[in-house]
Amino acid sequence: MRKLIIAMVFAALPGLVVAAGGEGYPLEKADVDVSNKASLQRGAKLFVNYCMGCHSAEHQRYNRLARDIGLSDEQVRDNLIFTGAKVGEQMKNAMPKKDAKKWFGATPPDLTLIARSRGADYLYTYLKTFYIDESRPWGVNNAAFPLVGMPHVLWELQGWQKAVVETHKDAEGNERSVITGFEIVKPGSMSGPEFDKAMRDLVNFLVYVAEPIQLERTRIGVWVIAFLILLTVVFYLLKKEYWKDVH
Amino acid sequence: MASNHPGTTGLMGWIDSRLAVTNAIRAHLTEYYAPKNFNFWYFFGSLALLVLVNQILTGIWLTMSYKPSAAEAFASVEYIMRDVEYGWLIRYMHSTGASAFFIVVYLHMFRGLMYGSYKQPRELIWIFGVLIFLALMAEAFMGYLLPWGQMSYWGAQVIISLFGAIPGIGPDLSLWIRGDYVVSDATLNRFFSLHVIALPLVILGLVVAHILALHEVGSNNPDGVEIKKFKDADGKPLDGIPFHPYYTVKDLVGVAVFLIFFCAIIFFAPEMGGYFLEHPNFDPADPLKTPPHIAPVWYFTPYYAILRAVPDKLLGVMAMGGAIVVMFFLPWLDRSPVKSIRYRGPLSKAALAAFVVAFIILGYLGALAPSPGRTLLSQVCSVVYFAFFLLMPIYTSIDSTKPVPERVTSK
Repeated sequence: MRKLIIAMVFAALPGLVVAAGGEGYPLEKADVDVSNKASLQRGAKLFVNYCMGCHSAEHQRYNRLARDIGLSDEQVRDNLIFTGAKVGEQMKNAMPKKDAKKWFGATPPDLTLIARSRGADYLYTYLKTFYIDESRPWGVNNAAFPLVGMPHVLWELQGWQKAVVETHKDAEGNERSVITGFEIVKPGSMSGPEFDKAMRDLVNFLVYVAEPIQLERTRIGVWVIAFLILLTVVFYLLKKEYWKDVH
Repeated sequence: MASNHPGTTGLMGWIDSRLAVTNAIRAHLTEYYAPKNFNFWYFFGSLALLVLVNQILTGIWLTMSYKPSAAEAFASVEYIMRDVEYGWLIRYMHSTGASAFFIVVYLHMFRGLMYGSYKQPRELIWIFGVLIFLALMAEAFMGYLLPWGQMSYWGAQVIISLFGAIPGIGPDLSLWIRGDYVVSDATLNRFFSLHVIALPLVILGLVVAHILALHEVGSNNPDGVEIKKFKDADGKPLDGIPFHPYYTVKDLVGVAVFLIFFCAIIFFAPEMGGYFLEHPNFDPADPLKTPPHIAPVWYFTPYYAILRAVPDKLLGVMAMGGAIVVMFFLPWLDRSPVKSIRYRGPLSKAALAAFVVAFIILGYLGALAPSPGRTLLSQVCSVVYFAFFLLMPIYTSIDSTKPVPERVTSK
């Protein structure tokens, strides 16, 4: 009985960690690698060129970025800072929040922690699934974020795409449109695979920026666990020695 | 006075004639006799103490850099995560520690249920324990507001609004708790004060009372027999061993194993899949944007599920409160002549098993968005939860028992 209870408690614990499934457009795997510095550098370049006009990464300092992705302060100052910020400052943008709210209906959110709140796969899918929808204010909609308020900033890279829609009838006879894929109607400067790779770099950068310590954290973690296993052995032997005379 | 002097000399002797340090060490460590048959389940008391110390120490350092204001709180947490030396480690130790505290305390309470550790003469130990649990819930709830993320904000909004369901004084009461009409800077400031000063003091005081009460009557054990019944010529229990060094070295093994799991989470999965640090809490609090699904942190979900299982708001709040209050009466609800589950009959075993299953299912459901099927299941589980306590006088008196040994059995 006791074993049964123990088994039940521990069998149920992982159940607590199972995430709830969501509905909507299926997410594509972002498959990022934060140890790939070349990818992070390309992602940083995309971020400052295409995102930072409206968004910021206001908790991230430029010099921390330089150190972590393998650039010098000078390289960052010459290639990644367009706002006149000092290299020790945070990655803020120049757009006044009040005006932004007027222009877009909502202030474009700060993106420092966006990868931690939404997840890499969501961001990757979101960046790839802007499609033409003339009923929207910016002429585009998004499969991962329906009725999005953001224009298709990356159109010159990706080009313009149309959604391929299938209409199903559900159990109650209501018609429901489901996006099954996309079709490029006007190509951009990048091919499909090139754009995928660029978006992977950009998401990789966002994942890094959300938690700059993550690589260092797991590096230290290995040593901590190794030490604790050793400590467990020592404590176990100590306990055995003391308990020899308990019968 | 002099008769109590332990006979120490030198500096220790000087101190002992002014403050009974040596006597206290003897009474609580070197001459506190604990049953020799403690098993796995007896690690969680000392582990709870370890986590408490972890929370206090990391909390002191977090407080050095945290800013308790609505305008600065979120950014100051990210400042700790990025600019404070090893701030990320201190923060993860604290956030993981909060969840670890509840895991350890839930297992510690389950141990008490299994071996009847709440039964006469240990009623007060149990009552202090439930009070600690209650204070811990308040402490965790207030601490969760401090990062000022979306879940911090809306979780607090939902929970405080529950007080509004109380007839008559409800709306004024929730206004008084918040200090404003919505959760705001004023709320954050007072929750910070309560989280770092008031509740830690309460918890520490209760822990001292819990341990003093334990040491007055002595520890229970997996057999549920009183070791004080059989003493040797010197008056020492035959089945007892001094807590120090025997259980201090044994608990060190438990501590090391616990730290392996604890550090594995801190270093490799600090978010624990969104359960220890919820994903929406990485968005700063926005009073104008209600998240589509507000779920409390996992350790509150069983009680949140009970709240939602009742269709009426006031009755739901009462059910949630009642789920905790009923625990205080446990020592008097249990009519079994034996303490330990080892010597109880099938009814008590089945009841405890059903209770554990219901509690876990409630915890699972409380984290999910409600649906008619889930609500029905949580209603069934809530009934099981309360039936475990309220039907206890019946099933424990008619249940069969096995003969309890005179002395503890070795493993």
